[in-house]
Amino acid sequence: MILGQPAHQFIMAVLWAAIRAGTPLLFGTLGEIYAERSGVLNLGVEGMMIMGAVTGFGVTLATGNIWLGVALAALAGGLLALVHALLSVTLRANQVVSGLALTMFGLGMSGLLGKRYVGTPLPCRLRAAPIPMLEDIPFLGPILFQHDPLVYLSLFLVPLLWFVLSKTKAGISIRSVGEAPATADALGVNVFLVRYLCVFLGGLLAGLGGAYLSVVYAPAWIEGMTAGAGWIVIALTIFAMWSPTRALLGACLFGGVKVLQYRLQPPPPEGLGISPNLLAMLPFIFTIIVLLAGTGEVIRKRIGAPSALGIPYAREEK
Amino acid sequence: MRVRVEKRSTLSRWMTISAPILSLALALLVIALVFWGYGISPLLAYKRIFMGAFGSPYGLSETMVKATPLMICGVGLALAFKALVWNIGAEGQLLMGAVAATWVALYLLPDAPAAVLLPCMFMAGFLGGAIWGLIPGILKAKLRANEVITSLMMVYIASELVNYLVYGPWKGPGEWGFPYTTKFPPSAQLPRLLGTRIHYPTLILALLLAVLVYVLVMRTKLGYEIRVTGENPEAARYAGMSYFKTVVLVMLISGGLAGLAGVGEVAGIHHRLRYPQGISPGYGFTAIIVAWLGRLNPLAVILTSLLFGGLLVGGDAIQVALGLPVATINLFNGVILFFVLGGELLTRYKIALERRRED
Repeated sequence: MILGQPAHQFIMAVLWAAIRAGTPLLFGTLGEIYAERSGVLNLGVEGMMIMGAVTGFGVTLATGNIWLGVALAALAGGLLALVHALLSVTLRANQVVSGLALTMFGLGMSGLLGKRYVGTPLPCRLRAAPIPMLEDIPFLGPILFQHDPLVYLSLFLVPLLWFVLSKTKAGISIRSVGEAPATADALGVNVFLVRYLCVFLGGLLAGLGGAYLSVVYAPAWIEGMTAGAGWIVIALTIFAMWSPTRALLGACLFGGVKVLQYRLQPPPPEGLGISPNLLAMLPFIFTIIVLLAGTGEVIRKRIGAPSALGIPYAREEK
Repeated sequence: MRVRVEKRSTLSRWMTISAPILSLALALLVIALVFWGYGISPLLAYKRIFMGAFGSPYGLSETMVKATPLMICGVGLALAFKALVWNIGAEGQLLMGAVAATWVALYLLPDAPAAVLLPCMFMAGFLGGAIWGLIPGILKAKLRANEVITSLMMVYIASELVNYLVYGPWKGPGEWGFPYTTKFPPSAQLPRLLGTRIHYPTLILALLLAVLVYVLVMRTKLGYEIRVTGENPEAARYAGMSYFKTVVLVMLISGGLAGLAGVGEVAGIHHRLRYPQGISPGYGFTAIIVAWLGRLNPLAVILTSLLFGGLLVGGDAIQVALGLPVATINLFNGVILFFVLGGELLTRYKIALERRRED
C-alpha cells in the first residue's frame, strides 16, 4: 500500500499522470533541441509557450475547434521564434538577451490578450482516445495507451525527430551548421536558412506545448500559467544531451515530480501533509539537480554542446 | 540584390548616445500599435503613463520609490553582465535580502536601537542576496552549470520560500489571516522623506553604489579583470586571471546588491515581509533591462532606473484606469529590450543592400 492505494495502482496512476504532465515539456524540449543543434540558443521558450497557450485557448474558445486552436497556437510560437531568428541569426544580436526579451514579451502580450479569458471555461474537451488492443497490455497499456491524441503526437515525434536528426541528410545539415557553420557553408549548406527553420520548428513545438497546457491539461487560461515550464525545457535540453530520445526520459521525470507534488500535499493517509509551498519548490530544485547531472555527464562523456551554440555566424568575417 | 550586415569601421559617439534613445522611441511606437489594436487610444495611454509618473509631486515621489530598487539591482547586474555572467536571478536575491532583514528585525535583534538594527538588517540582506547569487556562481565556475537557468530557478525557490514563511511559521497572529508577518518595530523602519514613501537612506545608498561600482569597473584591477573576462575569456585566462574568482565575485556582489534592494523594500515601504509579489512587482527582472539600456554603465543605470521607475508608476496608473492586466509591464520590457538590442547592433553594424554581380 502506498498513500492509501495498492502499490501497483498507485505507481500506474503516477506514471500515467507523469506522461500527461510531461507532455508540454516534451514538445518544448524537442523543439529546443532542434534550435540548439543548429547553433541557436533560444531562451524565449517560456514566452513562446505562453503565447501558444493563450492563442490555443482563445481560438478554441472562439471556434470550438480544438485542432484549429492547437495549430494556430503552434504558429504563434513559430512566429515569435522568427523574431528571435531575425535578431540572433541575421542581426547577430546577443542570444541570451534576445531570448529574455522574447520571454518578457510573451508574458506581457499573453496577459493582455488573455485578460478576457480569465475564468472562462472551454466548451469542448480533448477526450482520451485509448488505442484498442494496445491498451490491454498489462501494466504498460493503461500507462501509455490511454491518453489523448496530443500525447500520442508528442510520443510519436520522439522517434521521428530522432530519425531525422541522426539518419537523414537534413539532419546532417542541421548538425553541421551547429558544429562548424563555416565548413557547412563551404559545402553548400545554407547556414542561415537551416538556422531559421530550426528556430521556427522550436517555436512551433513550444507553442504546441503551451496549447497543451491551456486547452487540454488545465483546461483554462490563467495569466502566467506556464510558471517556469519554458525554463525547465531549457534545462531538460541539456539533461537530454541534445538527443530527442533522452528528452522523453527527462520530460517524464519532471512530469513525475509535478504529479508527486499534488499527491504528497493532502494530509495523511492520502498524502504526507507537506506544505504546498515547499512542495512547489521541488520542480525548480529538481531542475538544478537535473542540469548539474546533465552538465556533468556532458563533460564526462565529452559530448559537447553543439560547438557553435550561441555564436552568430558571419559569412564575411573569416 | 541581397541584404548584408557589415561591421562599421568607426563607432561614432553620436550614434552611441542616440541609438538607445531612438530604439526606445521605436519600441514605444510598437507598443502604441498594440494599445491601438487592443482598442485603447495610444495617445491617451501614454499621456496617462507620463502624467501618472511625472505629472504630479505624488507621481514623481513614487517614481523615485520604484527607481530605488531598480537602481540597486541594475547596478549589480551591470557588473555581472560586464563579465558576461548572466545573473537573471536578481528577483530571488532581492527576496532573500528581504527575508534576511525580516529575520534580523523580528527574531534576532527586535529590541536593538535603530542605529544598530538598521545597519545589521542591511548587512544581513546583503548576505542573504549574496548567498542566493553565490550558489549559481559556484555552480557555474566549478561545474559549468548554465547560470541563466540556475539563477532563475533560485528565483522560484526564493519566492516559494517567502510564501512558505508568510503563510506558515512567520505569519503574524494579528494580521487577520493575511499572508504577512507582524509589523517591524519602529527601530527597524527606515525614515522617509516627509509626506512621501521615499526611504531616502536606501536612495542615497543606491546612488553611492552606482558611483562605487563605476569606480570599481573603470579604475581598479578587479574591474579590469571583469571587463577582460567579459570581452575575451580566453585572453583573460591566458593573462592568468582566475575565471573562478571573477564569476564568483560578480555573482556575490550582484546578488548582495539585489539583497540590499530587498531590505529597502521591507524596511522602507512595507515594514513587514509579505507574499513575494507584494514585495516586488518584478524589480529584479526589470533591472535586467535597466542595466542593458544603460549599456552596463553604472552611472547611466541611474538614469534608466528613473525612466523605468516612471514606467512602473505610469503602468500602474493605466492598469487601474484602463483595466489592463498586471503583466502589461512585461510587454513594455520585452519590446523595449528587442529594440534596444536591435538598435545597439545598428551602431556596430550597418545594413547594406548590394547588387549581386552578374557572372
